[in-house]
Amino acid sequence: MSTLILRAAPPERLDFLAVNPLALSGLSQSEAERLNVGTTRTGVRLGDCFAVKLDGSDTLIIEGGHERLDRVGAALSEGTIRVTGDVGQRLGAGMAGGSLTVTGNAGPYAASGATGGTILIEGDAGDHAGGAVYAAKAGLDGATLIIRGTAGDHLGDRMRRGTIVAGRAGAFAGSRMIAGTLAALAVGDHPGLGMRRGTLVLGSHGRMAATFVETGTHDLVFLRLLATALRGLSPEHAELLGRPLRRYSGDLATIAKGEIWVAA
Amino acid sequence: MSDLTLNGIPVIDTFAEAFDVAGTAIVVTNDTAKWAMIAATTMTGFATSVIGCGAEAGIDAELSPEETPDGRPGVRILLFGFEPNGLKDQLIKRVGQCILTCPGTACYAGVDGPTKIKLGGAIRYFGDGFAVAKRLPDATGKARRYWRIPVMDGEFLCEDTVRAVDGAVGGGNLLFLGRTHAETLKVAEIAVEAAKAVPGAILPFPGGIVRSGSKVGGRTKGMMASTNDAYCPTLKGRAGSALPAECGVVLEIVIDALTSQGVSDSMRAGLHAATEIGSRHGLVAVTAGNYGGNLGRHHYHLRDLIAPHDATKEG
Repeated sequence: MSTLILRAAPPERLDFLAVNPLALSGLSQSEAERLNVGTTRTGVRLGDCFAVKLDGSDTLIIEGGHERLDRVGAALSEGTIRVTGDVGQRLGAGMAGGSLTVTGNAGPYAASGATGGTILIEGDAGDHAGGAVYAAKAGLDGATLIIRGTAGDHLGDRMRRGTIVAGRAGAFAGSRMIAGTLAALAVGDHPGLGMRRGTLVLGSHGRMAATFVETGTHDLVFLRLLATALRGLSPEHAELLGRPLRRYSGDLATIAKGEIWVAA
Repeated sequence: MSDLTLNGIPVIDTFAEAFDVAGTAIVVTNDTAKWAMIAATTMTGFATSVIGCGAEAGIDAELSPEETPDGRPGVRILLFGFEPNGLKDQLIKRVGQCILTCPGTACYAGVDGPTKIKLGGAIRYFGDGFAVAKRLPDATGKARRYWRIPVMDGEFLCEDTVRAVDGAVGGGNLLFLGRTHAETLKVAEIAVEAAKAVPGAILPFPGGIVRSGSKVGGRTKGMMASTNDAYCPTLKGRAGSALPAECGVVLEIVIDALTSQGVSDSMRAGLHAATEIGSRHGLVAVTAGNYGGNLGRHHYHLRDLIAPHDATKEG
């Protein structure tokens, strides 16, 4: 596997869009070290901040993350990236395939627009994880996003497809959701506000918007399939579906095809 | 009569002639095995012959909760038609009228194949705009798309698309020539049990048995098929009768399968099971029905099926 070992804290925000196993496999050691990853006119190169060691494999290990590493794994289509440490904003944005793991925390907009692959954040995630960036049509768009820790506000905002699993999340989880599935053990106020379709499975939640209506408890076949799907991602979340659940339908301010399942 | 015998029972040296058909499989589940079977039995009713029913259908297997996508008891149903469009029409009608309507059922694709048939994607319109689609990975990680249609007991969940296979074959058959009705029926019942135990094969007629075997055409103008007079015991002694004097009853089993090998295996199982108990039940001979070999591409020679294991070659 190829490795990048952080030598010192980056002097500015770095853009890792072009740093992935596929792109690096076509570069020599010196070409990789000369990759421009800076975001100012100072022209920071990859080799300025990292000790680069390439072997052409489809696995890239970034040892020593930093909250200034932006767009790590963005547009990844195949292969594996593992970061030991933190990353900055837009982790895995637009990712289409492969596997991306961060052992620390991630900044805002993680997995925004990601259409495929799996993104695992073992720590916390910032606001708008799986959410749409400004002017974008959709947030998460088919990928799988797993946040073991706590996500910020607007988790899965405008997500269109795919699955988000989070430990806890802030307010407005699943807001403006177009479709997809979001499961969290606890979220803040107003989950699903403005959602059109999609499914939220919640252990607990803050205040519920008045535009959601309770439909009661239901033993639907769909929940069995969802439990099967979640079991491989997080048994703890799958267990939520094994308990009695209340169902809320909404958001009635939109087309109201969404649903929120809450532990009864 | 024949120089071929199996377990002391004469086997006529002829072949069963069968046809390429479009075939698919679905899995129907329910909270109890009883209700899964009720749904499956209803859906496979009036499905004995493509000519008169539009499709041939039958129950392939009962499935344990571990074998179904949603962990409930289930039944695997096979459905066959002349061609994919006709199969699709029949599938949507039968699922729409018999599975959607049955309390507690859900419906999934039961086989993989090259031809897509939109099933849930067609039935969703019953949801009048309230149905929602959901794409979820199954236990193997493969993404599958389902439609959730609101109904009065909750939801009808139906997979968006099912598949039709290439290579399905319909019309494998065996004819049991017996002495009495009761004993020949017993022989046929034993043969049905053995034949339908082969995975991917069904016997679409009542109890797997047909007493009104047919020939192509008839003396009445416009008849597509008419009684197989050569095997009618009341017409013995006439020119064209194929029955020996001691034969008083003929019963047939007809087999459809998702593969040609399935037809062959099923016929072999039926042939061996019938002849094993045949001498105790007055079985005179076993033969097979064909149309001279010019209509169907698949020929299953009884000579090849006498071997206990697969030595079958299609002609």
